[in-house]
Amino acid sequence: MTTTSSAEHTRRDFLFVATGAVAAVGAAAAVWPLISQMNPDASTIAAGAPIEVDLAPIAEGQDIKVFWRGKPIYIMNRTKKQIDEARAVPVASLPDPQTDQARVKEGHDQWLVVIGICTHLGCIPIAHEGNYDGFFCPCHGSQYDSSGRIRQGPAPLNLPIPPYAFVSDSKIKIG
Amino acid sequence: MSGPSTYQPTNPALQWIEKRLPIIGLVHSSFVAYPTPRNLNYWWTFGGILSFMLGVQIVTGVILAMHYTPHVDMAFNSVESIVRDVNYGWLLRYLHSNGASMFFIAVYIHMLRGLYYGSYKAPREILWILGVIIYLLMMATGFMGYVLPWGQMSFWGATVITNLFSAIPYVGESIVTLLWGGYSVGNPTLNRFFSLHYLLPFVIAGVVVLHVWALHVAGQNNPAGVEPKTEKDTVPFTPYATIKDGFGMVCFMIFYAWFVFYIPNYLGDPDNYIMANPGVTPAHIVPEWYYLPFYAILRSIPSKLGGVIAMFSAIIVLAFLPWLDTAKTKSSKYRPLAKQFFWMFVVVAVLLGWLGGKPAEGIYIIAGRVLTFCYFAYFLIVLPILSRIETPRAIPNSIADDVLAKYGKKAVSAIVALVLAGGLMAGGTQKAEAADEHGGPTPPSLSWSFWGPVGKFDRGALQRGYKVYKEVCSTCHSMNLLHFRNLADEGGPGFTAAQAQAVASEIKVQDGPNDAGDMFERPGRLADPFPKPFPNENAARAANGGAYPPDLSLMAKARNYDRGFPQFVFDFFTQFQEKGPNYIDALLQGYVDPAPKDFALPQGAYYNKYFPGHAIKMPKPISDDQVTYDDGTPQKVENYAKDVATFLMWTAEPHLEARKRLGLQVMVFLIIFAFLMYFTKKKVWANAH
Repeated sequence: MTTTSSAEHTRRDFLFVATGAVAAVGAAAAVWPLISQMNPDASTIAAGAPIEVDLAPIAEGQDIKVFWRGKPIYIMNRTKKQIDEARAVPVASLPDPQTDQARVKEGHDQWLVVIGICTHLGCIPIAHEGNYDGFFCPCHGSQYDSSGRIRQGPAPLNLPIPPYAFVSDSKIKIG
Repeated sequence: MSGPSTYQPTNPALQWIEKRLPIIGLVHSSFVAYPTPRNLNYWWTFGGILSFMLGVQIVTGVILAMHYTPHVDMAFNSVESIVRDVNYGWLLRYLHSNGASMFFIAVYIHMLRGLYYGSYKAPREILWILGVIIYLLMMATGFMGYVLPWGQMSFWGATVITNLFSAIPYVGESIVTLLWGGYSVGNPTLNRFFSLHYLLPFVIAGVVVLHVWALHVAGQNNPAGVEPKTEKDTVPFTPYATIKDGFGMVCFMIFYAWFVFYIPNYLGDPDNYIMANPGVTPAHIVPEWYYLPFYAILRSIPSKLGGVIAMFSAIIVLAFLPWLDTAKTKSSKYRPLAKQFFWMFVVVAVLLGWLGGKPAEGIYIIAGRVLTFCYFAYFLIVLPILSRIETPRAIPNSIADDVLAKYGKKAVSAIVALVLAGGLMAGGTQKAEAADEHGGPTPPSLSWSFWGPVGKFDRGALQRGYKVYKEVCSTCHSMNLLHFRNLADEGGPGFTAAQAQAVASEIKVQDGPNDAGDMFERPGRLADPFPKPFPNENAARAANGGAYPPDLSLMAKARNYDRGFPQFVFDFFTQFQEKGPNYIDALLQGYVDPAPKDFALPQGAYYNKYFPGHAIKMPKPISDDQVTYDDGTPQKVENYAKDVATFLMWTAEPHLEARKRLGLQVMVFLIIFAFLMYFTKKKVWANAH
């Protein structure tokens, strides 16, 4: 080891820090593509484009299950009784308070469109089962009402509403 | 990795761990305190570079396996969808495919360094043999990896290499059937190759641990070839060797990045962009460049079994090197004769590699036999005799003496030499495919806007090319890998999403079944692929006089012509990658009617100057004014040809612009980093001199 002046020390330290910093930036940048590749690829994104669903064949009191982005979507043509039940319950008493009106499109009150994935741990609830004229999840016993709201069981939240809009009175576009 | 460590951490938590598992001490004694000879030159950084490359191959390989489908019907397209659709998929795939070549370049330099400096001599025989085992494993891994994209070369490479085992007397055929898992190379073969290709790198990593262990027991050899005697002869691994290896690694990365970002297909075979077809063998079967010397040896022996034995012996002979060369002096620096023969051996090996890419005919067979003899003679005759008759020069007393004698030698020149040697080696060993005697003239090299480090597609040309493709080519040729959404992709023809949607909705796509169980037609969507002109290959053949119009998606990367030596060496430096577009452009303008009188044109074929064999089944596809250009470009065949060639280059390499853009950023970063590493290395080493 040779002795070095303090000025030289500073210059050397700066060089070491600069090299280390550039190396760190390079390593971080190199990790980015390795992580980013895990996100959905272009074909998956393109396949997740909006879909149109014809509601005409669904009679009152019936429901269908369609898939959008690999998720089951329940489209339910509710009876008058189901609507009334959903609107009669005091909102404040619900675990996840939300009015039925906020969960359907105005003027299309009989149509309930929900993502059929239990908010507990992702099982698919069965329609027209349970104590609330809605959905019953067989995995851990969560029960949803005719508005898809959680009423009983371990699930914390209501069934989510997918983005959708009415293209015409008998056709919706999901996505 | 050499004995119990004396390292004691000061942190109590670390002390607690160290008492139970002395892992920090192990790392400290192996990679920090480990004494390394102070006179190592940059050829010694290739050990570190190889470890880095193994890491890169494992990381990128594990990721590619997340997106790859090992099935004969899907493998080819799954590789293409990695390149086209996965985020940074093109980068990961090119890093992996070129990484294999970089791995082999580094391992050949590493092996030649060992050969030159006598690193295989006592007490490093086992270290050397472990290295030969790693090399064999690398060859097996590389071969199986090359099969996975399931292109024409993958398939036929697999067929040829597995057939090597059929040379074994009595049981050969059974062994080959066992390897294939069928009566020909097929889906079971692909599946097991995928499985083994995933496994073997970890086996390599395991043997590398043994290799490093043996190295750290025997200690590193060095350019002087004298063992360290006192502490003055060595420096601690960290920081001295780490920073030096680091600098070497960054320089190597620049070389690697040059391939990945600018000439990613330079070392690959265009035939591998054609999906495997068990019914058609490509005109020239050549392995990847790193096997070429051994392939040349295989072919130069006029007996099936003999060739296979010679080929494997060419590698196995390396393991016996410690006992073939018994000279006391390790380093060729002090062996005037051995040094000359070493360089002759390097030339022989490179020439064998060049011959491996040539067809086995005429003068090439003779040359192959002579060089094969030279190859074996070096190990079996020259080295044993030299060790007995050669009078070596005086070796230095100690490493410290060696350092004092040559202190001041420029490190930069070593690196420049290294990069140049690497470039030339890559260029020199690239397979120079035989000029087909029926191939006719070389297509003229046009100037393309997408050439070079900052090349970009000409949007107008892409749009016009798409129009030509749609109105002319697409009546017969499919474009299976393209989707309507791609028209709106960044770096493409520059359609808006709405325009691309409009194009898509012009076609009808069969979908279904609906609730009644019936198939129905709906307008195309962005996610739909381009429509096929024919429902299947038989229909296409029936409509085209027996010829099958090939899919055009990858055409610009699947066609090639010979550039000859030394042109292909310059191509490495000029980033020339436009053989495909040149060929397509020339082909479309190369029709001659009537055909030359002395040419016997088969029934139903047309004469084309640039088509291999000249007799092409496709009639002249386009003439002046056939497609209307809206932007005022003259409606001439030469413009049609150039525009459609540009369009096909984009369909073959849709992320070309992103690749070059990222490449520039990476290059600037690496060069800055290399400078910083160089000065840091100088500062660190200033203490050691």
